[in-house]
Amino acid sequence: MEFLKRFAENRGAVVGAIALALIVVMAITAPLIVPIDPMSTRGRPLLPPGGEFAFGTDMLGRDVLAGIVHGARISLMIGLISTVIAAAIGVSVGAIAGFFGGWIDDLLVRITEFFQTIPSFIFAILLVAIMTPGLASIVTAIAVVTWPPIARLARSEFMGLRRREFVEAAVLSGVSRFRIIVSEVLPNAVSPLIVMGSLMIATAILTESALSFLGLGDPNRISWGYMIGAARTVFRQAWWLSVFPGLAIAVTVLAINLVGEGLNDALNPHLKGRVRIQT
Amino acid sequence: MNPRVVAEPLVAIENLTVRLPEGGDRLKAVDGIDLDIAPGRILCVVGESGSGKSMTAHAIMGLVPKPLVSSGTIRFDGENLIGLAAEKHRAIRGRRIGMIFQEPMAALNPVMRVGRQIEEVFRFHGVPGPYDERVVKLLDAMGLPEPELLRQAFPFSLSGGQRQRVMIAMALALDPELLIADEPTTALDVTTQKQILALLKRAQAERGMGIVLITHDFGVVAEIGDEVAVMQHGRIVERGTVAEVLGNPSHDYTRTLLAAVPKLAKRPAVDKTGGEPLLSAKGVTKTYSSRTGLFGPRRTVEAVRDAGFSLARGQTLGIVGESGSGKSTLARIIVRLLTADAGDVRLAGVERNLLDLGSRDLAPLRRRVQMVFQDPFASLNPRRTVFEIVAQGLLAHGMSRADARRRVAELLELVALDPASALRYPNAFSGGQRQRIGIARALALEPDVIVADEPVSALDVSIQARVLDLLADLQRRLSLGMLFITHDLRVAAQVCDHVAVMQRGRIVEMGPSADVLFRPTQDYTKLLIDSIPGRGAFAAPEAGPTAN
Repeated sequence: MEFLKRFAENRGAVVGAIALALIVVMAITAPLIVPIDPMSTRGRPLLPPGGEFAFGTDMLGRDVLAGIVHGARISLMIGLISTVIAAAIGVSVGAIAGFFGGWIDDLLVRITEFFQTIPSFIFAILLVAIMTPGLASIVTAIAVVTWPPIARLARSEFMGLRRREFVEAAVLSGVSRFRIIVSEVLPNAVSPLIVMGSLMIATAILTESALSFLGLGDPNRISWGYMIGAARTVFRQAWWLSVFPGLAIAVTVLAINLVGEGLNDALNPHLKGRVRIQT
Repeated sequence: MNPRVVAEPLVAIENLTVRLPEGGDRLKAVDGIDLDIAPGRILCVVGESGSGKSMTAHAIMGLVPKPLVSSGTIRFDGENLIGLAAEKHRAIRGRRIGMIFQEPMAALNPVMRVGRQIEEVFRFHGVPGPYDERVVKLLDAMGLPEPELLRQAFPFSLSGGQRQRVMIAMALALDPELLIADEPTTALDVTTQKQILALLKRAQAERGMGIVLITHDFGVVAEIGDEVAVMQHGRIVERGTVAEVLGNPSHDYTRTLLAAVPKLAKRPAVDKTGGEPLLSAKGVTKTYSSRTGLFGPRRTVEAVRDAGFSLARGQTLGIVGESGSGKSTLARIIVRLLTADAGDVRLAGVERNLLDLGSRDLAPLRRRVQMVFQDPFASLNPRRTVFEIVAQGLLAHGMSRADARRRVAELLELVALDPASALRYPNAFSGGQRQRIGIARALALEPDVIVADEPVSALDVSIQARVLDLLADLQRRLSLGMLFITHDLRVAAQVCDHVAVMQRGRIVEMGPSADVLFRPTQDYTKLLIDSIPGRGAFAAPEAGPTAN
């Protein structure tokens, strides 16, 4: 309850949460709202917005509105799954490195740095190109390029926490190391990780859009990035083909960022830096 | 500076009320206090944590957020400091009222040479340069060695005592009429504390300035104070000269506080010398080495050198020493949280050297040696309930949850906590209660030895006394051997049968506490005993003539 109250104190976060909730509902109920195949031809090509098609049609006569509604599913799904995978890798690596220290830490940090030195987007393009474009390869590529920052954050949290007296007390009580990591240290490290993860969903959605824009997306599924990519040749004749999916991406990413900030305020109230003084 | 002359007060506080921010444990931090600060006198404001003593000092300095000061006046030289324009207040601060803080490392700028930090005081108050000579003179007056060189040092290369001297130099740079010292010696070792208090006293006498000294320690009051004001819950409950208040306290709270001050008093000697020792150590050595960078030189610090002791069942061995003496390192080696370089630690009934055991052989023995930690806030996981905290060892050793629940209720009762508190989280408890939870956790596995690392040093005196009583009582009833790590010789005198004094990693003196604390043979032990603040005022009558 306390958590919700603090979250609600941040107006932006509330707006973001509402927007995000609407987008998620739209994605889930897409087949009900627009019960057509977004890949199928519905009318004349390049019809402007208004009239029969609210957001117009593209050069193959596909409904842009249907594309946006159905595209939300792919964008959100890829964002979520790739972040979960990246977080799983990052937290495990960071937790082990931070908790055990010594040569294990050295080794894992070197590996993390190796991944960080490669420009992440180029690396993602390379991975998708090697693995043949598709949903799985995009998710994998995004996860592979985004875990290092999570690992570094988890490592620093674990390093700070493992010297705490309550961890020492657990060691003396004979609690196993695995249990200490999972149930003593992790719960105390989880709030900054949640905040970072929420912001990474937004980055993942952007990366997916960029990959699809370059034609490295799954060609059989509609996604926002794919729509913008397909429309780039007719950008000057048909602005609506790029603007609506672009807006969808912008609104979603903004909403996720606002929610992430709200989570940060609510989970780490001491970092907020403003004491409310009643006057 | 004749104290008998009733002088115009330097600062007159009238009906000062400071509110706490929303969500505090009470509405007002300072609740309508009246306080006169006489020139040329040392006024000690004493109270436990949360009594509002620091808030009062901060209000004089104008460091309290404006909206929190709800009423009252602070008169200084005809001006009301409350509501004074910011730039006028700045002109007074530093020039006419100086302040020093508890933690000099936090109060000094870590990336600026200390000489320049002192210069800043002159510069900000428009004193024309050059400053070099004045800075050197000031540092010299503070009793700092080689002021010419020390001026160029950064705060991290100074010791805690030296940093506090630099802070005092800054505060006194412009010869203020009033110095506010907020727990100036709490973070320091006793021997350093004694020197700093002497320095403050001397500086006060030389300049005839007034000092407001905020402290929780009646020993410090007795050592240095002229007058004393006792605060409780934001109110001043008693006020008078030090001799009056300490000798003949009129308020109940003052009496309680004074009674709780640990005294260097002999306790009845326990002569249980016979029998096999429960825990013994020989030749324990630990060296820390660190390397700066891959190719930098290696620095080594001998944290513990050739330490040995022996502890019998039902007895308490105190390990006393100043910070950095290696006492905590020794404790952590004994419980095997740290690995020693060499040494032999034997536990009764175990054939092998405890330090040689691998983690597999050690696991079943861990339960026999448990630890009580110093910081009641850091030692309890904030995300787990009291039940989970106390029961973690029981569950890890395979006890069923239902049995563990019964046992935890028993344990909580044993440490005088309500068994219903098992379901709550640590943040619902005060420092003293948290320490009880920590003790319950240590007792859960029915250990033979308890290693208590400064178990009461983070607590207020009145709570300290109760936790010490609890520990002593439990030890007697459960016939535990206790290794009691402390920096406070008075506490050691209260609870320890034997005492080992550590200095720079070595045990320099060891023996029955009646001998070590009252007939010390080593100079260092004598120095420690001599540094106990307010020793004269609190010498317990049964202690008899103190040694040497």
